[in-house]
Amino acid sequence: MSLRLQARNLACERDDRWLFRGLDLDIRAGEIVRVEGPNGSGKTTLLKILSGQLADYEGDLFWGERPMRQAREAFLSNLLYLGHAPGVKAALTPLENLAWYQALAGQPRDESSRLAALESIGLVGFEDVPTGQLSAGQQRRVALARLLLTPRPLWVLDEPFTAIDRDGVRDLEQRLVEHARRGGCVLVTTHHELTPCAELRRVRLGAGGSDGGH
Amino acid sequence: MAVTERMTTEAADVDTPSVEPQGGLGVAFGATVKRDLVLLLRRRSEVMNPLVFFAIVITLFPIGISPDPELLATIAPGLLWVAALLAALLSLDSLFRADYDDGSLEQLLLTPQPLALLSLAKVAVHWLLTGLPLALMAPVLGIMLALPAGSYAVLALSLALGSASLSLIGAIGAALTVGLSRGGVLLSLLVLPLYIPVLIFGAGAVQAAILGDGVTAHLAILGALLAVALIFAPWAIAASLRISING
Repeated sequence: MSLRLQARNLACERDDRWLFRGLDLDIRAGEIVRVEGPNGSGKTTLLKILSGQLADYEGDLFWGERPMRQAREAFLSNLLYLGHAPGVKAALTPLENLAWYQALAGQPRDESSRLAALESIGLVGFEDVPTGQLSAGQQRRVALARLLLTPRPLWVLDEPFTAIDRDGVRDLEQRLVEHARRGGCVLVTTHHELTPCAELRRVRLGAGGSDGGH
Repeated sequence: MAVTERMTTEAADVDTPSVEPQGGLGVAFGATVKRDLVLLLRRRSEVMNPLVFFAIVITLFPIGISPDPELLATIAPGLLWVAALLAALLSLDSLFRADYDDGSLEQLLLTPQPLALLSLAKVAVHWLLTGLPLALMAPVLGIMLALPAGSYAVLALSLALGSASLSLIGAIGAALTVGLSRGGVLLSLLVLPLYIPVLIFGAGAVQAAILGDGVTAHLAILGALLAVALIFAPWAIAASLRISING
C-alpha cells in the first residue's frame, strides 16, 4: 500500500464559524506540507482531524485508497503525532519516557537505540534526570527524540520548533527534509520560516476563509 | 537502461514505506503498568492520601457517635465499606488527569494497540495501589470499631474483590470527566449510584460473617460483579476517553 493521505471537501465549524470549508488535500510520500495561517485559523484542529483525533468534521478522509474509518489501525501504525503538549512525564527520566513510547509502538525493549536517539537529539548527560527538571526546550527534545526512535513514515507535528534553540531548529529542519527524501511525509504547522526546498508545499488557512490553495 | 533501473528502485522506495500494524500488545500493556507504577511510587503522597483519609474517617466515628463496642460492632461493616469506597473515589479523579494535562493521553489514543486494554492497565495499577492497600488496612481499623473476631479475613477479601469493581466502574466516570476543569464533584455524582450494588454485597458479606451465616454467596456475587465489570468497563472507559478527547 502506498503512502497517501487524502482529504476531500473537508470542513470544520467551531462556535458558528467555519474554520475551513471545501478543503482538498493530497499528501504523498516525499512531501513536507506546511499548514500556515494566523492564530485561531484552525491549524491545530486540521492536524487533529487529519491524525484521526477529532471526529467533529465534514468531508472524507482516505488513507491509501481506503476510507479512514476502515483503515484506522493501518493508519495509526504509520503515524507519529507530536502535539502542543509534549506528552512526556515530568516524573520520569527521558529514558523511561522513551521506553514507554517504544513499547507502545510495538518495538522490543532496546536501551541502546533509546540512548542513541537521545544522543542525536542533543540530550547527552540528561538521560537519567527527571524530565521535570529539564528546561522547556529540553523537554520538547525528549518528545522529538521519538522521531528518531520510532520509524514511522507519516509525521504530523504541531509547532515542533517551540522552545527549541537556533541550532536545534536547524537540525530538526534538516531531519524533516531527510525524512521526506527517504520517502516519508511530514505535515507540520509552525510560525518559524522553513527554508524553501523542493519537497516543501504550503497549505494556507485564512482566518475564517475557505482558501485551500497550495 | 541503468537510469531506468535506478528510477524504478527509487520509485519502489517511495511507494513502499507504509508500515504494517505490529503486535506487541503484551509489551505495551506491561510497559503501561510499569510506567504508572513508577509514576505513582514517585509521588507517594497520592498513594498515601486515600489511606490516611480512610484511617481518619474511621477514627472519627467512635469519637462522634459513641465508644460503646456493641453499637460500633453493629455499624462497623457498613462504616468500613462506605469509608473505603469514598477513599477509593477520592483518588479516582487523578487517574487520567495527569495524562490529559501533559499530552500522553492523546498519544495513548493514537497507538495502534487497543485502547480498552491499555486503559485496563491503568485501572489495574490504580487498584493495586489504592484498592488493595485499603483492603489490607481495613482489618486494623476494624479493631478500632470493635469488629468481632472472625470477620477480618472476610472484610479484607470482600474489599479486595469489591474495590477492583469500584476502580473499573469509577474509571468510566474519570474518563468521562477528564476534559472538565472541575470534574471531581460531577465524577462523584456519576459514579456513586453505580457503586450501590458493590456496597450492598460487600457490607453484606462482612455482616454475614459476624452473624455466622455463609459468606460464599456474597463473595460469589462480588466476584460476578467484578467479572461483568472486567468485561464491559474497559470498552466503556475507552469510549469515554475518546468522547473526552473529541470534546
